[in-house]
Amino acid sequence: MDTTAKPQYDNGVVQYLTVGAVAFLVLGTFMGTFAAAQLAWPALNFDIAEITFARLRVMHTNTVIYAFGGMTLMATAFYTVQRTNGVKLWSNAMAWWTAILFTIGLLAVVVTISLGMTTGKEYHEQEWPLAIAIAVVWTLYTFNFMMTIASRNKETHPNVYVSNWFFMGMMIAITYLYVVNGLAIPVSLFRSYSLFSGVQDAMIQWWWGHNAVGFFLTAGFLAIMYYFVPKQAQRPIYSYRLSVIHFWALMFGYVWLGAHHLQYTALPDWTGSLGAVISLAMIIPSWGGALNGMLTLSGAWDRLRTDYILRFLIIALAFYAMSTFEGPVMASKTVNALSHYTDWTIGHVHSGALGWVAMVSIGALYHMVMKLWNTEMYSMKLINFHFWLATIGTVFYIVAMWVSGIMQGLMWRAYDEYGTLAYTFAESVAAMHPYYAMRALGGLLFFSGAAVMLYNVVMTIRMANAKSTSQVEAHA
Amino acid sequence: MADNQEPKNIQEGLERNIFALFLATAFAISIAGIVEIVPLFYLKSTMDYTEQTDKYGNVKNEKFPELVWERTFSEENGKLVADKALYKQDKNGKWEVADWKAGDGVRPYTPLELAGRDIYLREGCYICHSQMIRPFRDERERYGHYSLATESMYDHPMQWGSKRTGPDLARLGGKYSNEWHVMHLMRPQDVVPESVMPAYPWLADNSIEKDFFGTKRDMTARLSAMRTLGVPYTDEEIANANEAIKGHTEMDAMVAYLQVLGTMVKLDDSKTYRE
Repeated sequence: MDTTAKPQYDNGVVQYLTVGAVAFLVLGTFMGTFAAAQLAWPALNFDIAEITFARLRVMHTNTVIYAFGGMTLMATAFYTVQRTNGVKLWSNAMAWWTAILFTIGLLAVVVTISLGMTTGKEYHEQEWPLAIAIAVVWTLYTFNFMMTIASRNKETHPNVYVSNWFFMGMMIAITYLYVVNGLAIPVSLFRSYSLFSGVQDAMIQWWWGHNAVGFFLTAGFLAIMYYFVPKQAQRPIYSYRLSVIHFWALMFGYVWLGAHHLQYTALPDWTGSLGAVISLAMIIPSWGGALNGMLTLSGAWDRLRTDYILRFLIIALAFYAMSTFEGPVMASKTVNALSHYTDWTIGHVHSGALGWVAMVSIGALYHMVMKLWNTEMYSMKLINFHFWLATIGTVFYIVAMWVSGIMQGLMWRAYDEYGTLAYTFAESVAAMHPYYAMRALGGLLFFSGAAVMLYNVVMTIRMANAKSTSQVEAHA
Repeated sequence: MADNQEPKNIQEGLERNIFALFLATAFAISIAGIVEIVPLFYLKSTMDYTEQTDKYGNVKNEKFPELVWERTFSEENGKLVADKALYKQDKNGKWEVADWKAGDGVRPYTPLELAGRDIYLREGCYICHSQMIRPFRDERERYGHYSLATESMYDHPMQWGSKRTGPDLARLGGKYSNEWHVMHLMRPQDVVPESVMPAYPWLADNSIEKDFFGTKRDMTARLSAMRTLGVPYTDEEIANANEAIKGHTEMDAMVAYLQVLGTMVKLDDSKTYRE
């Protein structure tokens, strides 16, 4: 065997996960758009229990975060770990089991939530049989990833590349927090009661809740950024030193932030203050990371004009920088007093989720489709079209929620000249209608972009398959 | 590029040994939980000085006695009994709250209320309604006294929520009649035209005795699980739990739960419960 030959990678499972991620993006953004429309026009609940707003909203969050986000993380982790370590997966079979079981598990989660089976813990609604199954699959994913790195050739690849650190940190934190927050006593096959109650339950719940954001949706997607931005820009990462600081600050710091979801509640004040202070300090590593990604482009900014995939990656970093600035501002006590319980929180989540997580994923997924099927995209124009639909959709969404959130907060605390509350709660609900409609429109634009992407990806794969078939025939 | 030099520093050493990096990362991640969460389980101020006094789950609060409903448990013929009953059957055969009155302090939920709470979770009410009033003037006037930790000590899990698409429900109990709640749940816009809340007409049709796919909703198992978690019920209360929800609809259970919210404690305005 020729030792200088390029190592072959296990691509099949990554191909499966890539297409799965795009399909879940379409499904999840559709649910989100529909739920948004229900708030603007409640008749859309149709008195059908399985799709009432609260259930649909949880189906939406589970589909976009865990199904789309999870499949993207699995696809990119399996893709990059092979390429940065110069080896095949430690176990291709285990990777396939992970991918298939994860798909089945997440579909089961969506169906059971629709039926009303839920733990009642936000972002951890999966009931105990599914939660256990997901934890096991997640452990397989982590184990395979770690063993792949351990099996690298230490002569040719002595140091483990930074994207792998972030993936690993994400896997550790998610396992640990998910399991602790999920501790419960089952009372039937479909229902369990949380081990914790009241204050302790709230703190543990948000310790997990914020780190579904901090690790699942940030550390994991930063790993994607650290591999795909340099690859797509064809330049090395701007600063190695900055990435070391970024990594350790994020691993240590993010876990503290959950308490900022509970300011002014029955949680002891010191806990919330601690959460707020560390939240503020997190601006520094977050911006360091965002700059590290953006400055990788220095000297190659002109490529943004022609490279549509790079546009997704770079606008993702801009949204990352914006929402990691907005987050600490909202965590500060004064702002939190106004913003908490309002739509501003929802807007903030979506500037992170649509602007950062989805955009960086979309860039990475397009990049992988071309590499995995060894082809050009079916249409570069459609990628550009997708880019504008996604960007404009996100901006519509965020602006609508900023206005409605701040307006709600101000209406709730407004007093008239007699010193009584100026508005009833119902009046504040009525005032939200135009913004809820605008948000639904933003969601619709973003969803349309995702649908365009699915079409483009499917056509690309068909094109690539047709080409390889004709080549085989030509050889024969 | 074979590079077998000694690592220059700790960072480089970690980059070359993935399992060492794994352990160092796990350590960095675990610190926050130890500092932020562990103290919440033993600092008395966390729970407004409400303390569990024995293995049966008896509670007391010396500083603010009005916060909890105190009763004394003992074992009689191997059975756990209490000096006061949470609920019992009245002379008409209806299961009602017994030795507790509104304002007597936080107590465990009756089987019907707990079943209603399960429906509250199933329908995802917490997605749009909080149960946590903050100490601000406007919230006080709109919803009532700010919420205390003790008030949700029997809530597994808590339902504080994070969003007010609809109003806070922490002190909803007693504000409206049962009939109002039924009308509102059947068609919210009939009573609040501006509302964007979905209608829940199926609650009135479904029996609370049935759970998913027609299986039995076993309230005895649920109260028993709650006791394992530290919620004090007597053996009799656990044994009668299935009887106590007989003949009720999901709507009855939901209304029973909504009507108890915030009514357990009568808070004293002259006291500072929290710094």
